[in-house]
Amino acid sequence: MNLRVLGTAAFAVLVIVLPWLIPPFMTFEFTYVGAYTIAILGLVILIGNSGQISLGHGAFVAAGGYTVAVLLQSLGLSYAVSLPAAAIVCGIFGFGLGAIALRLESVYLALATFALAASVSPLLKRFKHLTGGVQGISMPSPHAPEPLRHLIGTETWFYYLTWGIAAIAFALAFAGLRGKVGRSLRAIRDSEVAAVAFGINPVFYKTLAFGWSAMYAGLAGAILAIVTAYVSPDVYGIPLSLTLLAGAVMGGLDMMWGAVIGGLVIEFLPLYAQRVNPALSSVAYGIAEIAIMLFMPIGIAGALQRLRTVRS
Amino acid sequence: MQELAQQVVSGLATGSIFASMALALVLIYRSMNVINFAQGEMAMFTTFIAWEFMQRGVPIWLAIIATIVIAFVGAVALERFIIRPVEGAPPLTIVIVTLGLLIAFNGLAGWIWGYVVKAFPSPFPSTPIQVGGVGFSAQDLGVIGVSLGTLLVIYLLFARTKLGLALRAASLYPEQSRLVGIRVSWMMALGWGFASVVGAVSGIMIAPVVFLDPNMMQGIIVYAFAAAVLGGIESPIGAVIGGLLLGVVLALLGAYVDAIGTDLRLPVAFGIIVIVLLFRPAGLFGRVQQRRV
Repeated sequence: MNLRVLGTAAFAVLVIVLPWLIPPFMTFEFTYVGAYTIAILGLVILIGNSGQISLGHGAFVAAGGYTVAVLLQSLGLSYAVSLPAAAIVCGIFGFGLGAIALRLESVYLALATFALAASVSPLLKRFKHLTGGVQGISMPSPHAPEPLRHLIGTETWFYYLTWGIAAIAFALAFAGLRGKVGRSLRAIRDSEVAAVAFGINPVFYKTLAFGWSAMYAGLAGAILAIVTAYVSPDVYGIPLSLTLLAGAVMGGLDMMWGAVIGGLVIEFLPLYAQRVNPALSSVAYGIAEIAIMLFMPIGIAGALQRLRTVRS
Repeated sequence: MQELAQQVVSGLATGSIFASMALALVLIYRSMNVINFAQGEMAMFTTFIAWEFMQRGVPIWLAIIATIVIAFVGAVALERFIIRPVEGAPPLTIVIVTLGLLIAFNGLAGWIWGYVVKAFPSPFPSTPIQVGGVGFSAQDLGVIGVSLGTLLVIYLLFARTKLGLALRAASLYPEQSRLVGIRVSWMMALGWGFASVVGAVSGIMIAPVVFLDPNMMQGIIVYAFAAAVLGGIESPIGAVIGGLLLGVVLALLGAYVDAIGTDLRLPVAFGIIVIVLLFRPAGLFGRVQQRRV
């Protein structure tokens, strides 16, 4: 237990000092890592704990991004309003889809959410008056609030904002999953019939998990949209959903801090793979997913943890 | 009226592609209760192989036959090395493995052949065929003919041969089949082989229309999912009828309903999947399954 507290503290310190150790453009990349980590943490809650799969979380990332874009650009609201609004919109959207999802068994749910992922970009293109169609929506370049802008600069401000949100997301996930909610979710995952016999309401908990994870995906989408200052439909296709899932699988599907590993991999692997061949990262994701499922179903974080337990 | 007939035929042509891909999915679903998400990408990859043969001067029909052989052997090998180790695993694990195959095949095709869209020669003449005063595209009629022919061959294989009997027995009663000496696990591998062949034929048939690139099947596979769900994911005949129906409905919606047009065809497929799964999960032709605890 002490080791876990120590590890968390060390990680927090690392996150706080990192912007001062790396060149400014890397700060931007680590902001993306934070956003991806939040989205993947959502998948860890959903797949790892409630046993429901989603191949369509790109839809929630898109919903988060476009909510922020519309509120900021078309309605002129502030970041402080738009960001929570995006989380709430995506949470509600997720609850709605969760109500459908809980009626579908795993393979069918995978099918339906895959089709959802494929529908996102045609829908965004079709409803032009709201989404700007193929061109998307440009937003004003983000600025840090006045005193901070001169102290730490806008990049670093967004870095801290993102990782601050990530910290809250982790704290919520940790508190939620170790208590009654987490126990109920895992009981339903392992045997729904047995869980019902113990008085657990699967309808409530499964929709809760879906809404919860959709909210995280939406927050991630909102952050990505603000940092990029731009949203456009083609970013949110099937590849995004599958990449998020690949990140979750690589980190370890039921390992919370595996989400950080997943976030690091899906941000940096394509950047480095690009130097060899643009297609290399896809090949690597695919092979990694297969290899992990075949040889190491607990993911990278799970394997590291097991290594630690074996040693001690 | 004439336009309507042409729309229906062109809908049947794309529908027969959906039908074939849906049948490929059903073949694997019946043998192992899992959806092969990589089915479309495997079809795309084999289509590239056919293209490569033709680039090297192999006549088109010979290239198709060679590709079919490669598709069969390749898929059987894939099942043996990658799917076999997770055969008894939870469905979620197998789903993720097939998603890994999807991403890997897509990347591999991009790596080998690049992302530039390529023209793919049609094995059919380009002049329209006159039937009752209406000109139909030979491509459409050819695609319908070849697809239905392939489906017929698969049907005869499963219904009329001893191998087909073993394949069906292995998927319905694995334990009992093992007792009478059927090698159940190998039957799954053969199922993957036949599904891959059906996919390869569909890929080659649709490539002249949608052109060849690593993402050519990403939309089509979603329609195939919708077709399989609509027909009942356990029913081969359902998959075929579901595919043809979906093809015609989408063609008519695209031509006559402006609100949907061609933009919203994927969302329509998503809508069909959700509605069918919610209200009639067995599809139009599937049997309702009793769930055991």
